[in-house]
Amino acid sequence: MTKLTDLTLAEARDGLLSGEFSSRELTVQHLSNMEQGRELNSFIVETGEIALNMADKADQMIRAGNATGMTGIPIAVKDLFCTRDIHSCAASHILNGFKPKYESTVTANLWQDGAVMLGKTNMDEFAMGSSNETSYYGPVKNPWRATKENGEPETKDYVPGGSSGGSVAAVAANMAIAATGTDTGGSIRQPAAFTGLVGMKPTYGRCSRWGMIAFASSLDQAGPITRTVRDAAIMMESMASYDHKDSTSVERTVPNYEHALTGDVRGLKIGIPKEYRMEGMPEEIEKLWQQGIEWMKAAGAEIIDISLPHTKYALPTYYIVAPAEASSNLARYDGVKYGLRVEGKGLEGMYKNTRADGFGAEVKRRILIGTYVLSAGYYDAYYLKAQKIRTLIAQDFANVYEKVDVILTPTAPSAAFAMGEKSDDPIAMYLNDVFTVPASLAGLPAISVPAGLSRDAMPLGLQIIGRAFDEETMFRAAHALEHAAGFTAKPNIWWGEN
Amino acid sequence: MSVDKKTVTKIAHLARVAVSPDELEPLVGELNNILEWIEQLSEVDTDGVAPMTSVVDVNLPWRTDKVTDGGYRDEVLANAPGSEHGFFTVPKVIG
Repeated sequence: MTKLTDLTLAEARDGLLSGEFSSRELTVQHLSNMEQGRELNSFIVETGEIALNMADKADQMIRAGNATGMTGIPIAVKDLFCTRDIHSCAASHILNGFKPKYESTVTANLWQDGAVMLGKTNMDEFAMGSSNETSYYGPVKNPWRATKENGEPETKDYVPGGSSGGSVAAVAANMAIAATGTDTGGSIRQPAAFTGLVGMKPTYGRCSRWGMIAFASSLDQAGPITRTVRDAAIMMESMASYDHKDSTSVERTVPNYEHALTGDVRGLKIGIPKEYRMEGMPEEIEKLWQQGIEWMKAAGAEIIDISLPHTKYALPTYYIVAPAEASSNLARYDGVKYGLRVEGKGLEGMYKNTRADGFGAEVKRRILIGTYVLSAGYYDAYYLKAQKIRTLIAQDFANVYEKVDVILTPTAPSAAFAMGEKSDDPIAMYLNDVFTVPASLAGLPAISVPAGLSRDAMPLGLQIIGRAFDEETMFRAAHALEHAAGFTAKPNIWWGEN
Repeated sequence: MSVDKKTVTKIAHLARVAVSPDELEPLVGELNNILEWIEQLSEVDTDGVAPMTSVVDVNLPWRTDKVTDGGYRDEVLANAPGSEHGFFTVPKVIG
């Protein structure tokens, strides 16, 4: 018999609706897996008692015939989302002890629909990182471990990707059916690819940013981390909404995304950008991409070669824009309103000491870079220049979307790497996001779908990028890709008592 | 463009982050590596290109200028490291 913790979100929904099992049963099983999986360091806070209360309420909703797609589904919530009276610290020491008195709009939407909160997940501090190694609460371990050439499993730890590392580890290790993530430059898609999951970021403006701890406001978007494309469609519909509390939230009807999964991509025009064929890209990534092209062709899609000429400038542009916005957003952490306070000489000494002790090394690096590129005399050369190139990158996409419906690329330039392998070299770490950042800068929806295994049996993902506010076509293409790839591999359980 | 110890000290002050003398040297190296890598943007011709101001093509919504929220002082102060008589407290500023 399939365990309740192996179910996809859609299967769990159907089982709950037909009365096969209750949300309480489902939740209890997940809480038990969370206990078994503590060494993965996926959760910063477990909210078992709250989960059981929410599960009971969900069961009532179901009995009363008021269930939605998310009712009774136990999910993990990234620590970046403010959850009322519950630890919300973006995995940073500077927000030490912060328990907000309000609820983020995205989580409020999910609770409204009857979802069940299992706990708050670990992440890179303030979402700044691609390996979940910058968290104040320690690194998260990837449930997946590579296989050596002799067929033996590796015993060393791998990173789950980042910044939504705790969220993906929770779903990959069957501790949650799904999880919320946030994506600024790839923080949902890259970790999803590293753990054999589906990770999706919607068009900028689809989800309210209200109550999400800000990193780079013109890029931050919430999105689902799930086992299947269908699951992502169900969860996205619940998370998305227009919200007057976020002035960049867009007033558009949220479609029924699940209806978009028709399985039919005949005649769909899929662009293959030549600039994503990067020098030094591992052969297995190139091969997987080629395989993806073949799959889509076989499904009846039309493959069109396209050019996005400014692709190589996306990453350095991002590393001006994002730190600039971060340095401004993170100015609020001053030891006065919430979180940590470290005394010093006078008010200014208190500010400086609080921020020196409260922020980790990567966050400080980005605050300093951001402060520098915004400072008098450098603003035009760096920040303004980057914003102009951002316009060119967005135009590249607008041009190709006159000819194609979606774009197919790899999600990340490699599989998950070993812990510590890249933590000393910021730029090597930044390169993880080379394929995810361009869509972020252009505000486009994008999804990573598990598509195969690396030579050493680690998961790899392919990315579908859609038109602005056309998540439906993106989902339709991703669903067909998922079907063709038929990815069924699971990590071997090495954690817990086994 | 590159930064030296003096510039890093200045931006650390602007950002109100205390940097100890032994942190300074490695920080100069790290920041310069990043700035050197960013430098490749100078080869892009951006003459006549408008800087991006809005990610998606929408106008910011308008609303009536009236108070719609507030009236919960104690909740605002609930997470403060220091508060007294309904106010945030800070170290003495005026001598």
